[in-house]
Amino acid sequence: MSISDVFAKAKSADRAVLVGCMPAGFPTVDDSIASMIAMHEAGCDVIEVELPYSDPVMDGPVIQKASDIALAAGVRTRDTLRIIEAVANAGAPVVLMTYWNPIEKYGVNAFARDLAATGATGMITPDLIPDEAEEWIAASDEHRIDRTFLVSPSSTEERIAMTVANCRGFVYATALMGVTGARTAVSGQAPELVDRVRHADRDMPVGVGLGVGNGKQAAQVAAFADGVIVGSALIRCVLDAPDRATGLSRLRALSAELAEGVRNPEK
Amino acid sequence: MTAPALPDLSGHFGRYGGRFVPEALVRALDELDAAYRSAKTDPEFQAEFQDLLLNYAGTPSLLYPAKRLSAKAGAEILLKREDLNHTGAHKVRNVLGQALLAKRMGKPRVIAETGAGQHGVASATAAALLDLECVVYMGEMDTQRQALNVARMRMLGATVIPVTNGSRTLKDALNEALRDWVASVDNTHYLLGTAAGPHPFPEIVRDFVGGIGVEARAQCLRQIGRLPDVVAACVGGGSNAIGIFHAFVPDEEVRLYGFEAGGDGVATGRHAASITGGSSGVLHGARTYVLQDDDGQTLESHSISAGLDYPGVGPEHAWLHDTGRAEYEPVTDAEAMAAFQLLCRTEGIIPAIESAHAVAGALRIIPEITAEIGRKPTIVINLSGRGDKDVHTAGAYFGILDEVETLVPGEQE
Repeated sequence: MSISDVFAKAKSADRAVLVGCMPAGFPTVDDSIASMIAMHEAGCDVIEVELPYSDPVMDGPVIQKASDIALAAGVRTRDTLRIIEAVANAGAPVVLMTYWNPIEKYGVNAFARDLAATGATGMITPDLIPDEAEEWIAASDEHRIDRTFLVSPSSTEERIAMTVANCRGFVYATALMGVTGARTAVSGQAPELVDRVRHADRDMPVGVGLGVGNGKQAAQVAAFADGVIVGSALIRCVLDAPDRATGLSRLRALSAELAEGVRNPEK
Repeated sequence: MTAPALPDLSGHFGRYGGRFVPEALVRALDELDAAYRSAKTDPEFQAEFQDLLLNYAGTPSLLYPAKRLSAKAGAEILLKREDLNHTGAHKVRNVLGQALLAKRMGKPRVIAETGAGQHGVASATAAALLDLECVVYMGEMDTQRQALNVARMRMLGATVIPVTNGSRTLKDALNEALRDWVASVDNTHYLLGTAAGPHPFPEIVRDFVGGIGVEARAQCLRQIGRLPDVVAACVGGGSNAIGIFHAFVPDEEVRLYGFEAGGDGVATGRHAASITGGSSGVLHGARTYVLQDDDGQTLESHSISAGLDYPGVGPEHAWLHDTGRAEYEPVTDAEAMAAFQLLCRTEGIIPAIESAHAVAGALRIIPEITAEIGRKPTIVINLSGRGDKDVHTAGAYFGILDEVETLVPGEQE
């Protein structure tokens, strides 16, 4: 199922899409596949696979740590592709989130081709803005990968319009000025940003990320956004667990709680 | 020949440079760009900057004919004495310019990353002078290697935050400063310490430190009546090098040499020579040369010099390299330390270990340049900083520290 279809289906059910993020290869390749499949089974509509990168400037301490663990264990770009394939084969819609340098190093067109072959449908680029994305736009058009760029509370109206015009599938709205990581309260800037995106393009689905960590917050975000993106809180389930089984069961429990949240928006 | 002004309007030097940053930072970069354009043509801003350079930083720095070194080396060597500037390095020029810009933009807080601590000290100094809050991110490895500079920054009122993730060096300090900036951009200016990062930083930093080359060129003409054959500088991020190169770029007869940190030797993989030993990539907001593995993961750099220990380089150097206008070569730790000692003993100047790389590289190329031009070459070396901060490292390297308790708590071998 394409990302657009996922959003359309959720909309017709009058609920938001739940996107759950997990770094590829954390803590091992097989464990990350198991985590992602568990997340999907327990209610994450879309699995966002993060390609571990040595210098993740948009990420807070939890994703940094998980990425470092994956890299220290030797995960490679081709492992990430393999993980995506396994998760997509298990029936989950998958998008990749990746910093730009690993893609540039792989070869932009070759990467788009190989990513499409895994069954992934989209790619989120946190440090690639459309202004620098000519090569990526051409490659993702050729290989039919949906493109998600980010908008931020600091984006001007012109940049929101330009960014959304370059997205396909959904646009990622960063709820606050900051890096990834669960926060105690949902950002007050997020609803306004979503409104501004809708003003630029009323049909483009908007996923809101940064700071969502529990079912209540998911329900709050679901009230105004088309998608709720959760990363650090899910990763913590694995990071803080004493053993693998506990990690998986916490991951299922939180995924279910978040899935419940996106179905019961706090209007 | 008139070369087009670079970077272009979108911040590119050919295919290098640009902005590979989260969207959250774009508005701040646009604001900075606009503020800089207006400051650049504002006589009042320029007068204030020049006044601080002249009356506070102590520039223009001397262009000193190093006679004893010259005699040993078989060349006429002129040292651009940036080590004599206030705070002991070229970096004071950049921080004064950027701190004035921060004021102009109404931002009461500045953040900075630092490797050796020189940029941190310079930032803390400018912040104290201009009454700005200052937070400095410094890799934990470097806070240990450069404990005295940490103390200096604190004395000047800055908050120093040791960065414990990744390789705990300059690149990780830069990541952490960027993360701070994403969250604090409304009231904070990121006082970036080198001519790297996203547009417009490479251009702004180059312009603020560009006085080095403008002065050196004029001093050369005045003191020896002609331009030098070679201008040499060390290259980490590359601010001192671009600062001295820029004014000479149109002088095609002047050879420009950048000396990167070769660490244990480029062949060993333990080095910080991004141009000679790296490949094109994207790091810290710009496309440039990067030390990276086959997957585009940044590799850890290695150098005896904390200030050159960085796996990237400013994008204008990448462009100068590709166009052939400047030559870049690695200098090993051992070569740099030999030059360090030679300069101490011949001229009574203790250079920063960073700057010793420039001296070592210049000494090495003398025979080939002499052969090429058929006479003794004249070489301007940018002596970008003084070596006080490196006394412990150098003392340990040469084995001349007495067996007493270290005076610097927390410092480790």
